[in-house]
Amino acid sequence: MRAFAYARPTTIAEAVALLHERGPDARLLAGGTDLVIALRNHEVEPAVVVDLKRIAELAPAIRQDDGRLSISASTVMTDISADGRVRRHFPALVEAADVVGSVQIRNRATLAGNICNGSPAADTAPPLLVYDAAVVVVGPGGTRRVPIDDFIVDSGRVALGRGELVAAIDLPVPARPVGSAFVRLTRRRGTDLASITLACAVDGAGLTRLAYGSVGPRALLFVDASGTLADPGAPDEAKRAILGQMFAAARPSPRSVRASPEYRRAMLPVLGARALSTAIDRLAAAGEGQQAP
Amino acid sequence: MSGPRVFTPAARVGGYERVTGLQQYVADIPLPDVLQAKLVHLDVARARIISIDTRAALAVPGVRLVMTAADLPQPVPRFGPQFNDRPVLAVGETKYHGEPVAAVAAETKDAAEEAARLVKVEYQELPAVFTIAAALAPDAPLVQDPALRANDPLAGTNVLREHRYGWGDVDAAAASADIVIEHSYTFPMVTHFAIEPHAFMAAPDGDGVAVWSSIQHPYLLQKIMARVLGLPLAKVRVFAPDPGGAFGGKQNPKYEPLVAFMALRTGRPVRLVLTLEETFQAVRRTTTEYHVRTGFHADGTIAFQDIRGDYLLGAYADIADRVTGKASYVACGPYLVPAARIVSRAILSHTTPATAFRGFGNPQHNWAVESNLDEGARALRIDRLELRLRNLPRRGEVFIPGDTPADGEWAETVRRAADLIGWGEPLPPGRGRGIAVGMKSGPTTGLSYSTVRLLADGSVVVYAGTSDMGQGARTIFAQIAAEELGAPLERVSVVSGDTAVVPYDQQTSASRSSVLMGNAVLRACREIQAKLRAMAARLYGLDESAIVVDRGVVHLPDRELPIGEVLRPGLGRLGGELIGNGESRKEDEPDHPLGGSAAFFEFNCTAIEAEVDEGTGEIVVVRHATVSDVGKALNPLQVTGQDEGAAIMGLGHTLMEHIILDETGRIRNLGAIDYRIPTSKDLPLEMVSAMVENEDGPGPYGVKGMSEGALLCVAPAVAAAVREATGAVIRDLPLTPERVWRALQERDQERHAEAARAEPAPAEVPS
Amino acid sequence: MTDTLAIELTVNGRRRAVDVAVHHTLLDVLRDDLELTGTKECCVVGECGACTIVVDGRAMNSCLMLAVEVDGAEITTVEGLAAEGRLSRLQEAFLETGAAQCGFCIPGQLMAAQALLATNPRPTIADVHEGLAGCLCRCAGYGQITDAVLAAAGAAER
Repeated sequence: MRAFAYARPTTIAEAVALLHERGPDARLLAGGTDLVIALRNHEVEPAVVVDLKRIAELAPAIRQDDGRLSISASTVMTDISADGRVRRHFPALVEAADVVGSVQIRNRATLAGNICNGSPAADTAPPLLVYDAAVVVVGPGGTRRVPIDDFIVDSGRVALGRGELVAAIDLPVPARPVGSAFVRLTRRRGTDLASITLACAVDGAGLTRLAYGSVGPRALLFVDASGTLADPGAPDEAKRAILGQMFAAARPSPRSVRASPEYRRAMLPVLGARALSTAIDRLAAAGEGQQAP
Repeated sequence: MSGPRVFTPAARVGGYERVTGLQQYVADIPLPDVLQAKLVHLDVARARIISIDTRAALAVPGVRLVMTAADLPQPVPRFGPQFNDRPVLAVGETKYHGEPVAAVAAETKDAAEEAARLVKVEYQELPAVFTIAAALAPDAPLVQDPALRANDPLAGTNVLREHRYGWGDVDAAAASADIVIEHSYTFPMVTHFAIEPHAFMAAPDGDGVAVWSSIQHPYLLQKIMARVLGLPLAKVRVFAPDPGGAFGGKQNPKYEPLVAFMALRTGRPVRLVLTLEETFQAVRRTTTEYHVRTGFHADGTIAFQDIRGDYLLGAYADIADRVTGKASYVACGPYLVPAARIVSRAILSHTTPATAFRGFGNPQHNWAVESNLDEGARALRIDRLELRLRNLPRRGEVFIPGDTPADGEWAETVRRAADLIGWGEPLPPGRGRGIAVGMKSGPTTGLSYSTVRLLADGSVVVYAGTSDMGQGARTIFAQIAAEELGAPLERVSVVSGDTAVVPYDQQTSASRSSVLMGNAVLRACREIQAKLRAMAARLYGLDESAIVVDRGVVHLPDRELPIGEVLRPGLGRLGGELIGNGESRKEDEPDHPLGGSAAFFEFNCTAIEAEVDEGTGEIVVVRHATVSDVGKALNPLQVTGQDEGAAIMGLGHTLMEHIILDETGRIRNLGAIDYRIPTSKDLPLEMVSAMVENEDGPGPYGVKGMSEGALLCVAPAVAAAVREATGAVIRDLPLTPERVWRALQERDQERHAEAARAEPAPAEVPS
Repeated sequence: MTDTLAIELTVNGRRRAVDVAVHHTLLDVLRDDLELTGTKECCVVGECGACTIVVDGRAMNSCLMLAVEVDGAEITTVEGLAAEGRLSRLQEAFLETGAAQCGFCIPGQLMAAQALLATNPRPTIADVHEGLAGCLCRCAGYGQITDAVLAAAGAAER
């Protein structure tokens, strides 16, 4: 890879100042599981790489306060998946974190990095959309909270301005019981990049949130307020119709080596139905006071 | 006397080094003053090289050499195991995605990498052919310069060679067959993906050259290097450390000549380690289209086989024409076939040079022929296991006229596999079973020498030139020597991988080494035993004929002595050692279509139980049973390891592996992220392997070669199980979830159409 | 901001101080600067696991880490498994089950297994498969490797 300068600021302020000064010449390094590959392939050639792992304010942490679970920027997938609060309230995020890659990858890959890399196939995007996560962004102008649906812009693009970085990703702890699930389509059972990523959540009021990715430039979120999808007794035909409307926005790439557009379109309703069924089961179990998986 | 050293799961020679990180592969070997090399290649399938500007590259600090074809002897030397067609560096044209046009040598890897990126190649992309159809089209561009094979009538085509085999009268048999099944089957482009990328080093060595390579055939490399460099064999020293996996992809020279020229030019050692991507571009298996027409009698016996096999080679022949010929020769499989016609073609294309790959062309025809047999069984309503048993030859029966008769109780192997899969037992709904047999010829010619030294203290050194690439060759030879000379395994050393020290071995391939080199080691030990006999005769004043030396024991008429007790006094005050030489030779048979009959056959039966997720097309292999006919397992642990490894490798090309080319012939899924091989999470839910040991092989103690068999028939067994489970018929590999899903859609459409046809026409409504 | 950095790490129990180029990966530095060639280079995109080492108790792909990132960390490589020349129980188990064929993937498998057993001393077969799923092996069917890890954990073989 091309040589670059390396900076390891110890405070957010230092990092923000550096990023603001260098703009597109700088790249943030968290887990490195995306950046190091991009550096080696010469896809990016920054003048300076800014390692945020020495910033104490961003140290790995999952804090709960104010009805929110806040996952700091350098928290890795292994720790997110193992956290009891995440497991209880956000099982779809756990399921996604568990398949981001092998254990070696999960010990390095951060949630913030997975989102900021902006891959259309980012496993954690659909769960974060479904859980209505917000991204805490710090920059020269201070701190702001960006709903995840606004933060993810396009393939490889997120809503970060010059000098800004992600400090944390917050998930609102659901006030009511929620059943949720994550599924994906891959070419083998071993670690793989997904041809479809999909998460859904249903709550006791009959609201269904469903998000899917890897079939277009970014993951998309849909909401069904009719109660049909969340209703275990609703006829399949009715559910299929609603799901079909949600999946109509899919734009799978005709150039993918992983799966053809035809197959992806056909699998969306298959996976959607399965995820929905699991989510409904989990909601029922939560209603009976059991721990969601 | 301690127990036998053979037929035991003896600890692997080199095992300690492998678990401690001490094992040195080529990339680990430090050489003082070494230069780091990097290849320069274009991101196109085929291009005419207009100019190469090396100035910017040469200006990078630390760069010592940028070599192009113009810097080599003219005409640029060409080499290859079958034809001298591959140039040391591309000459005028790159013929496949990744063919090097230049190479950089620099003090550091960083400098080499930077310089490689600064070499400016002006080129014009040319149309490439990369499918069988395209290569055979009348107006197809020629891959190879016709001048390279001037007297060949095929020189104006991309067909490198055509092979024709057969016996009996196929047309007459066709007239008498009760049913005929005819289909085409394709086998995908796959690559070896050994975990160690190819690595090479070369250095001037006095008035000669030393070469380090992950090569499986050190002596072939030596021969080719000597010719290309214009040196005597004795001045070319090849070091061949254990390869980190090879599977045939490291049999033949690739960039050793280039690295040697760079070393001689700079006067310094030069190291080239390929990236994994460059490895994918360097080696692959032949791709095939097999068209099989099988005739059956009503009782399930095969009436005839009429087979056409087209093998897609790469831009240079490497050993792939031999693959085509040798594999298609046995395309009928291990069956009694009264009439056969086989026509196969080795076809060049603008792709990675195909080379040997575990199975050597046999998995490709096996996929087609076994699938066809299955369909015949279905059409005749005969059990698929039963049909195979009805057609298998017995041991000693000729099944290919003019070749070695069946050399195993193959029906026993098949029945064993059937038992292990529970053939015939009721199946849960949604599951299916498949069973297939696979066979390939062992070596048809061969030559191996071994030297064994029995040292004064009874410890032993074995010299054996076989490449130990994971199959455990050195362990086997140590076991044989330990057994014959009565030494504990810990007191046996095996020296290999140095042509200056170890006598000639033709090659490591075709599962030949337990038999050919094993016999050479055995004979070397027998020569030592003869010397011990003479020694004992002298010591005890006996006639040699009264003494037997066997398995480490000297048998005198009145007592038995361990070898050491004869050796020490026998060597006397001067000490010394006993040296034995062994030769194992299988001469060529000029009249034989393959140049020689098979030394043995590798035979395997694989049975699969699988279920399919009808929603997504994903196949789950519930149980995978594999049984190989091995003659005798010298080391059961190693045999099992090889068989299970081969089985999983077979699942790779069956379920997930394929190189994907774009519309210009470039590889799209280059690298580990998008070329999928099985991981520990992709295993059958249950794997059972077994071996049949009837001590009926030509190697030491009845050993046969093994390690390729368990890969041969995985694909047809899985596809057959999928068919039974779902009714979906698939004749192209790999059986990815998407491909299975499409087959399920077709099945549904078929059923729909059938149901519509079956409905009575609606009655006319009278007006 | 620096192009080279003097870093200090503890490798296999030994403090090592080394000046590294900031763009060199930990894999580069282990193999080229520290001459610990037991850790292998294969895919360099974090897919094959041949470069797996243990950092602060966790298995990681050294090909995806810049050496400078682990300044001050504790690293264990395959060379650090045997204490004073005595093989660890895990290494012995690998030998007993015949897990190593060509051996090239084995250092990575050992380190992934080492990290697994450190946090999960009684893994199930599924745990072992998951823990080693990031280590590709092309020679074996993963069976004997799995047996070795289970044997080292004291569990019954598959």
